[in-house]
Amino acid sequence: MPRAFTPKVVTANALIEGDVIYLTADNCWTRELAQAELLTDEAHAQLRLLEAEQQPDVIVGAYLADAKASDQGPAPTHFREDFRRTGPSNYFHGKQAVGQ
Amino acid sequence: MYHYNDFDKAFLAERNRQFRAQVERRVAGNLTEDEFKPLRLMNGLYLQLHAYMLRVAIPYGTLSSAQMDTLALLADKWDKGYGHFTTRQNIQYNWPKLTDVPDMLDALAEVGMHAIQTSGNTIRNVTADHFAGAAADEVEDPRPVAELIRQWSTDHPEFQFMGRKFKIAVSAGAQDRAVLKAHDLAVRIVKNDAGETGYQILVGGGLGRTPMIGKILHDFLPREDLLPFIEATVSVWNQIGRRDNKYKARIKITVHEHGLDDIRARVDERFAQIRPTFSGVDQALFEDIKAHFAAPAFRNAPTVEFDSAYDTNPMFRSWADTNLAAHRVDGYAIVTVSLKKHGETPGDATSAQMRTLAEIARTYGHDELRISHEQNVILPHVHKSDLPAIYAALREADLHTANIGLISDIIACPGMDYCALATARSIPVAQKIAERFEELKLEHDIGHLQVKISGCINACGHHHVGHIGILGLDRAGVENYQITLGGDATWDAAIGERAGPGFAYDEIVPAIERLVNGYLELRDGPEETFLAAYKRLGLAAFKPFLYPEAQANAA
Repeated sequence: MPRAFTPKVVTANALIEGDVIYLTADNCWTRELAQAELLTDEAHAQLRLLEAEQQPDVIVGAYLADAKASDQGPAPTHFREDFRRTGPSNYFHGKQAVGQ
Repeated sequence: MYHYNDFDKAFLAERNRQFRAQVERRVAGNLTEDEFKPLRLMNGLYLQLHAYMLRVAIPYGTLSSAQMDTLALLADKWDKGYGHFTTRQNIQYNWPKLTDVPDMLDALAEVGMHAIQTSGNTIRNVTADHFAGAAADEVEDPRPVAELIRQWSTDHPEFQFMGRKFKIAVSAGAQDRAVLKAHDLAVRIVKNDAGETGYQILVGGGLGRTPMIGKILHDFLPREDLLPFIEATVSVWNQIGRRDNKYKARIKITVHEHGLDDIRARVDERFAQIRPTFSGVDQALFEDIKAHFAAPAFRNAPTVEFDSAYDTNPMFRSWADTNLAAHRVDGYAIVTVSLKKHGETPGDATSAQMRTLAEIARTYGHDELRISHEQNVILPHVHKSDLPAIYAALREADLHTANIGLISDIIACPGMDYCALATARSIPVAQKIAERFEELKLEHDIGHLQVKISGCINACGHHHVGHIGILGLDRAGVENYQITLGGDATWDAAIGERAGPGFAYDEIVPAIERLVNGYLELRDGPEETFLAAYKRLGLAAFKPFLYPEAQANAA
């Protein structure tokens, strides 16, 4: 039996800065996972990934990353995505330093 | 050291011009990422977890002060004020913007540096003994050979699109400080019974998911046969190496599958074909390169300043005992500057620290610096009378940590804090181990002990050849750390044995502490190192310290 679909977000890196970005419901790219569109339907998720891949002049390496719903919006389910949305643990650099 | 001639400068300028145009075409949408990726990789530009990463080659680890100053400039102007020195004698910048990289490459070209072939399926940056030209135990300075190989391999038309990457190291010491046996191909400069200098060639070493120790392909090559022989070897592998599976593509697998004798026969055949095409130009070039590496004018002076500081300043004495190595010239020493301050990221230096190192080298060190595969910085030629002043300058820059070869002198890859391939973090594990043993004030008692940490199976952190190796994995969505023991990165190279089940992130430092305490209990006195004790007693003696519960359950 195929595995049940788990919720996803479309994520990629920004072409110029390389920063981690996420696709929002209104078709923009956001730097914050919590503002991403949480995709709960597999067919819709595939479609959104295709739409993201149509923007090679903005992004690099789009893929579907596992996420779960939370009060603040989509949240990571795996530590890799947690690091991607935060930044490195040895310096206060990257996303964690933005907006401080 | 080698200075670029007009040909080199023109080549690099043209190459940088090409890459600038490639970046422009990518940004304008005229190149897809699939088309652009091999081009950026060929120029050292990766895309990692949080940003791009530019890997700059430091050929055979040698830098001038002006070059170090430029590395600092790049860190300040286009990055976040620091750089990360790697196990392959490169420096990595973790935060450049794609559109800034052409300017960074132009700035590097001003001081004869580049990022060519620091990635991609090509012959990578040639590495060498970081004590080259200074060590007391070497046949000759190995860097002219390394530079010859660098020039030959740079943009070599046959070797730009191989099945996988190819790493070459060169050393001439009785001791191996370049991990020769973990390279695709290694050149060991030796003397034969007749007193002639030549080359022993090793092949098929490598770490990664299938670690292999290099084997002797040729025992003694005459000088003039070196390049055609290396070219024949790479050529044979480029033809018969597997391209169906990237995990089986490295030459170590080709040697393993075909057998050393078969590979040797193929190399000999190819060598016979191409040897006549080497007209001797390479030997003329080699003579020219050698002149660039003439030894500095060493001075003959008393060392009273050193002796008096050594006798009166215990901090200086501790640093001198740990961080100095014997120089081939009387009155001189080789200084290893630790980039492993307890709690800091192994291999990282701030731009201010880089400038301090450049200034020290300019004032006291014949304008020379080296980067070691152990991620430290070397001042290869220092007169002992200057050591107290150097130590004071290092202290000012927080570069005076006295821990070379000790448990906190850890090799660690960037791991999941930066690397897109990583399966777990390495840097925080290294930081915590170093901090813990600093708290315990034990590391000088423990003595020589190499801990090497990789954040994935690709083994950039050399964990297989660490006396204690740590491999970070993703086990069911959680970071998990496997320990290997008894690895050895010297001429007696050995792959460490897996100790048993892995440890969670919060269990790995206590596990290492139990293991090291166990060693202190087991050793035959302070002169028996961890590795020697391990070789004498084996895994079984150390396992109970790592897994006390299993021991209790079995009892």
